[in-house]
Amino acid sequence: MSEEADIRTLRTVRKLLFAVVGMFVFGFALVPLYDVICDITGLNGKTAGQYVSSEPAVADTSRTITIQFLTNNNAGMPWEFRTEKRAMTVHPGELNQIDFYARNPADVTMTAQTIPSVTPYYAARYLHKTECFCFDQQQLAAGEDIEMPMRFIIDREIPADIKSLTLSYTMFDITDQHTSQQASD
Amino acid sequence: MSAVIEEHHDDHHHGPDKGIMRWVLTTNHKDIGTLYLWFSFIMFLVGGTMALIIRAELFEPGLQIVQPEFFNQMTTMHGLIMVFGAVMPAFVGLANWLIPMMIGAPDMALPRMNNYSFWILPFAFGMLLSTLFMEGGAPDFGWTFYAPLSTEYAPPSVTFFIFAVHLAGISSIMGSINVIVTILNLRAPGMTLMQMPLFVWTWLITAYLLIAVMPVLAGVVTMMLMDIHFGTAFFNAAGGGDPVLFQHVFWFFGHPEVYIMILPAFGVVSAIIPTFARKRLFGYASMVYATASIAFLSFIVWAHHMFTVGMPLAGELYFMYATMLIAVPTGVKVFNWVATMWQGAMTFETPMLFAIAFVILFTIGGFSGLMLAIAPVDFQYHDTYFVVAHFHYVLVPGSVFSLMAAVYYWLPKWTGHMYDEALGKTHFWLSFIGINLTFFPQHFTGLAGMPRRIPDYALQFAEFNMLSSCGAFLFGFSQLLFLFIIIKCIRGGKQATDQVWEGAHGLEWTVSSPAPYHTFSTPPEDLREAHG
Ligand code: HEM
Ligand SMILES: [Cu+2]
Repeated sequence: MSEEADIRTLRTVRKLLFAVVGMFVFGFALVPLYDVICDITGLNGKTAGQYVSSEPAVADTSRTITIQFLTNNNAGMPWEFRTEKRAMTVHPGELNQIDFYARNPADVTMTAQTIPSVTPYYAARYLHKTECFCFDQQQLAAGEDIEMPMRFIIDREIPADIKSLTLSYTMFDITDQHTSQQASD
Repeated sequence: MSAVIEEHHDDHHHGPDKGIMRWVLTTNHKDIGTLYLWFSFIMFLVGGTMALIIRAELFEPGLQIVQPEFFNQMTTMHGLIMVFGAVMPAFVGLANWLIPMMIGAPDMALPRMNNYSFWILPFAFGMLLSTLFMEGGAPDFGWTFYAPLSTEYAPPSVTFFIFAVHLAGISSIMGSINVIVTILNLRAPGMTLMQMPLFVWTWLITAYLLIAVMPVLAGVVTMMLMDIHFGTAFFNAAGGGDPVLFQHVFWFFGHPEVYIMILPAFGVVSAIIPTFARKRLFGYASMVYATASIAFLSFIVWAHHMFTVGMPLAGELYFMYATMLIAVPTGVKVFNWVATMWQGAMTFETPMLFAIAFVILFTIGGFSGLMLAIAPVDFQYHDTYFVVAHFHYVLVPGSVFSLMAAVYYWLPKWTGHMYDEALGKTHFWLSFIGINLTFFPQHFTGLAGMPRRIPDYALQFAEFNMLSSCGAFLFGFSQLLFLFIIIKCIRGGKQATDQVWEGAHGLEWTVSSPAPYHTFSTPPEDLREAHG
């Protein structure tokens, strides 16, 4: 091959390698991109973090909405996890409270993380939680139990076709991750 | 020897080295092409054996031969080996053999890298196959390896699977860099892009697809690796991740991947049909544009594999219509192949039989694809045997038939001998009957609701499954005949002429048969016939 051809070859290879690295990075960039898109659109039923209201809660008494609560344990999670009531009927705009209860029946200290999910998914961004145990992790000693209040407001802007929604919590055992994190702290 | 070769005065060796080291150290594009083709043929037989284990278990309802755990390992390994070990390397083998000869180049642009990219593969697949003997067994989560099946619930061998995918990915990336650099920089002086044979065009576009999506595949398995071993939570809901994200990233790779397996097949068929119809390819330029549009569209339709994950209505509609749009350039291609045959002086040698079967059966696969693209009905079809029937129609009588057609078509050029035509035709008809018997009934079992990836099924599906299994064994064992025909042709047979086929055009037919070890050390001058 002539020298000129060699140079052209090298130049093309360099560009292509650049594209390969770029696409590898792009693969990872899909992760935050996905979260941002889900955040903006509320697509996967994930609720946002803690809500701080700017104005006092004013209830829209002309509408009522039923909200149902589900509590699930992820596979292998031995905790008792339940809610005070299965469902509540509320007005949009008012501040509501419901208690959840958890108990660690195991004979070791364990740590739990709860993940919320809303159905229908497009109701997720109208459910504002001002206080929720899902914002923190819970650590319970063997046999210990805890009452966990959850406070929420359903946005007054919630679409008219939503008459009921379901808030489902899944509790995960994260004792391992938790201890390894503490070890590295 | 042709005039081109006689002008060739290299002072170093003209022929290959002797012994095994010739194959280990070779940087010759023809040797490497041969290695790739044999490797993929072996993988085809290994993956095929697994398919026969699956079909033997499904011959009758109930569990007879294997345990469900092993059945799942078989479906997973069969898919992985056929996709990454058989079809993809086979096309790279063809690219190695043919692209330099078709564009009048002396070799691939990066011969040393070419050698590495081949020799990575036996290690990758050796590692993947070794998982069958490990504690906990081989990967059992399907070739699509959805998280959390492939992370939290995976057997320990998943780490080997991840490294095997990394290696295979590196090999294809190196291979595609080589293809692109060769095509862009080593064309015979004066050859424009629009003078290249369609096989070269389709490979150029495929290589770009590979460069765009193989790194994403590497990314997604890397995320799995981190979730499994380093406590990250990309796909783990407990840590704030999302399993549906896995499916998005996987299919962003996965859908272009299916086109990676079919575009070079389009190129092969576009070379064979004109030869045996004794006409020029109808609509050359529209073929190039159609290929490019298919490649572009393949990036924006991935979620048609995910209609049932709970997408918003707007998403379902968008992915439905975008998917259907792909049928337009695909239809252009089918139209052009038929128009090429129209009023041609056709003869039906084995390559042509495979090519015509490709056009018909691939189109059937395209139609079932269109049915699956209709989001509301996909809720019924998804994860049933209807999907299995769809993708086997596009992949087996599609990609695999095109590969067989290519082998029969170029074998005389590679070996210098004609293959046994009567045996070739027998192989074709056995394969043709076998494949239709295997996969056509699966449309019906799928529509009736039989789920895919299960070792046992309801009694109502028994007859169709028995037919499927008979077809599979017929198809599988006919491939031993294929092996026999190839070996017979290598060892002897009627001497092939340089042009081999009366209607063949293109630079590869101007060199002698068998093609000498070095071709086009001096670039060809007459390019009028170059585009085939
Ligand atoms: C007109 C063109 C095509 C259309 C409209 C189409 C559409 C689809 C759709 C909607 C699915 C998802 C079905 C489901 O899981 O419910 C699917 C699956 C699939 N298609 Fe196609 N397809 C087309 C061509 C092809 C081609 C050319 C190939 C490969 C050569 C291919 C390979 C596959 C594979 C491998 C799957 C199944 C993946 C899996 O779940 O394991 N398709 N196709
Ligand atoms: Cu697809």
